[in-house]
Amino acid sequence: MRLLEYQAKSLFAYYGIPIPEGLTSTDIVQGRKDASVLGFPFVIKAQMAVGGRGKAGAIQKCQNADEFELKYPDIMQKVVKGEKTKAILLEKMADIKKELYLSLFLNRGKRCYTIIASAEGGVEIESVKSQIIREVGLGNVDVKTAEEVGKQMGLKDRPLTQFVDILQKLAKITVEKEAELAEINPLAILGDDSVVALDGKVIIDDNAMFRHDELRKFQVVSELEERAEKSGFSLVELDGNIAVVGNGAGLVMSTLDMLSDNGGKPACFLDVGGGATTETVYEALTLISKMKKVKGILVNLYGGIVKTTTVATAFIRAYEDKVIDLPVFARMSGAEADKSKEMLKGSRTKMFDTIEEAINAAVIEMNKNG
Amino acid sequence: MVDLFEILIGKEGDKDYQKKPVIVQGITGKFGAFHTQQMLAYGTNVVAGVTPGKGGQKLEGVPIYETMNEAVDATGAKISVIFVPAKFFLSAAVEALDAGIKLLIAIPEHVPIKDALTVVELAKKKDAIIIGPNTPGIIIPGIMKIGIMPASPFKPGRIAVISRSGTLMYETSHNLSVANFGQSICLGIGGDPINGTPLIQAFDTIRNGANIDGIVVVGEIGGDAEEMLAQHIIDTKFDKPVVAYIAGRAAPKEKRMGHAGAIVYGNYGSAESKVSMYAKANVPVAKRPAEIPMLLAGKLGKGRIK
Repeated sequence: MRLLEYQAKSLFAYYGIPIPEGLTSTDIVQGRKDASVLGFPFVIKAQMAVGGRGKAGAIQKCQNADEFELKYPDIMQKVVKGEKTKAILLEKMADIKKELYLSLFLNRGKRCYTIIASAEGGVEIESVKSQIIREVGLGNVDVKTAEEVGKQMGLKDRPLTQFVDILQKLAKITVEKEAELAEINPLAILGDDSVVALDGKVIIDDNAMFRHDELRKFQVVSELEERAEKSGFSLVELDGNIAVVGNGAGLVMSTLDMLSDNGGKPACFLDVGGGATTETVYEALTLISKMKKVKGILVNLYGGIVKTTTVATAFIRAYEDKVIDLPVFARMSGAEADKSKEMLKGSRTKMFDTIEEAINAAVIEMNKNG
Repeated sequence: MVDLFEILIGKEGDKDYQKKPVIVQGITGKFGAFHTQQMLAYGTNVVAGVTPGKGGQKLEGVPIYETMNEAVDATGAKISVIFVPAKFFLSAAVEALDAGIKLLIAIPEHVPIKDALTVVELAKKKDAIIIGPNTPGIIIPGIMKIGIMPASPFKPGRIAVISRSGTLMYETSHNLSVANFGQSICLGIGGDPINGTPLIQAFDTIRNGANIDGIVVVGEIGGDAEEMLAQHIIDTKFDKPVVAYIAGRAAPKEKRMGHAGAIVYGNYGSAESKVSMYAKANVPVAKRPAEIPMLLAGKLGKGRIK
């Protein structure tokens, strides 16, 4: 789960990492109240789980009430890389002397947490050449390590002391909240040599959420995602018109790739998990029926132990119950494939021997309908 | 370097050659019970199960113990497979390692990263191998399987398959089998960000197998395991044919594609990055799973495709 900036900052504040004064709202009525509490000028920041907000105009300075009335609704409607604005953070402007970069992240290759720091912050870390990298095991950072990193960045005096404190607190957040990434970019040295987190990005390990009820309040899931999660499915909604369903994440990704290679536009990634039963496939079809943009369904199931007839039964039931009325292009490997084909004769589900054939048929059908 | 084949089947002449004893943790759960029966049917020597509160009972004739210590004492097994739910994985794995298990197959999906890291650290101290979590397990076709894979896609032969994905391991092996490339071993390393045995190590535990003509590596977006493997192939001058596949080229960035580990941040974990490193290592990357046998045939220089 990726926390929005204001959520990450509320964690920072709780752990004692300095942040600028700010207030968060989801409508302009509340926004106006926040503005009068903060006082002009301030920064209007779209809260969305994506990078590149500044470039996209989703973060703007605001000098007075006239500007506010124009900019607040504009930023509220922003969509950046497919992400909509979820809320708006109004934040006091900072007197920035220097911008730094600091993060703790899970290094998958080394199988440990890693500090990444740089005296060149405020830009994407991939483009920063002078990175300081330190491996720190399960994520705890002692004073000595934090001081070494700070000194390597060229910090001294008050900024160094503050940096050491912030790094240790960020590490504490990482360990206690089970974050995959905790990033402050930029971490700013202000005119008075105080150090403040101007932005915050925290990604919590989804699989550890069962131990973190206190973070549930930050979780924003769509109705569909919630339903998918309850059924043990993985769902990622996409922009196209063909729903892609399969059993196993790798298999569904692979199907998505092949569909895209052939000019098809996936509407979603739906992994129903390893086993495929009549119930799970029926539930998947129900879920897809709620996505308005879907015009066809591409199914790729690796049967193995499962009989394909159990899956065919799900399609027949879904048509009978009028859950779906969409064409389905299905590839199901496994036992009794011929019997399944016979069962589905006359229905809107076409069965194919290979996924390539199913994809071709799906793309042709979608193009026919414009 | 550890030889996985030796741990799994032993050496010819061993009393328990191809019959190494295996313990199932969580044997009485729906999942554990079903796959115990499947493993036994395939020829795996499942000698004990562990479920607290059910000690003294039997499942498919396999005796059940209260603790791993009891099960290991009674059987001398060094291999264990875990079927417990993710939240109980940490304690089950620690119990197994403390009891002296040397090869632990971790089936559960959704294990927290902190728990996986903790188990990895403990395994290093105990000199044990963890496969997974979130793995379908390991199969040596025709001899034994430890895990949840169906038997039908696999057939005995001389190609090794290492995969980050379960169903793609079945799909790939099925395609290989149909093209007459049987498999000497198929190993799922798991779809999580933290692998008990990362791709490189998995590669190294089987690379010297006398029964391997070539290796197929089924990867996906996320992390840099494929990039590291490609560099490793170059550095160690591995000269047997390697063919790769990478799922997730069309996936959007910063979205978790089903597997906890399948997520791209910037260029970190992207398919492009992996494909370009593989190109440097002279490893062809299939566009789709069905292409893998053709690329392999090309590398082996044999027209074994029908």
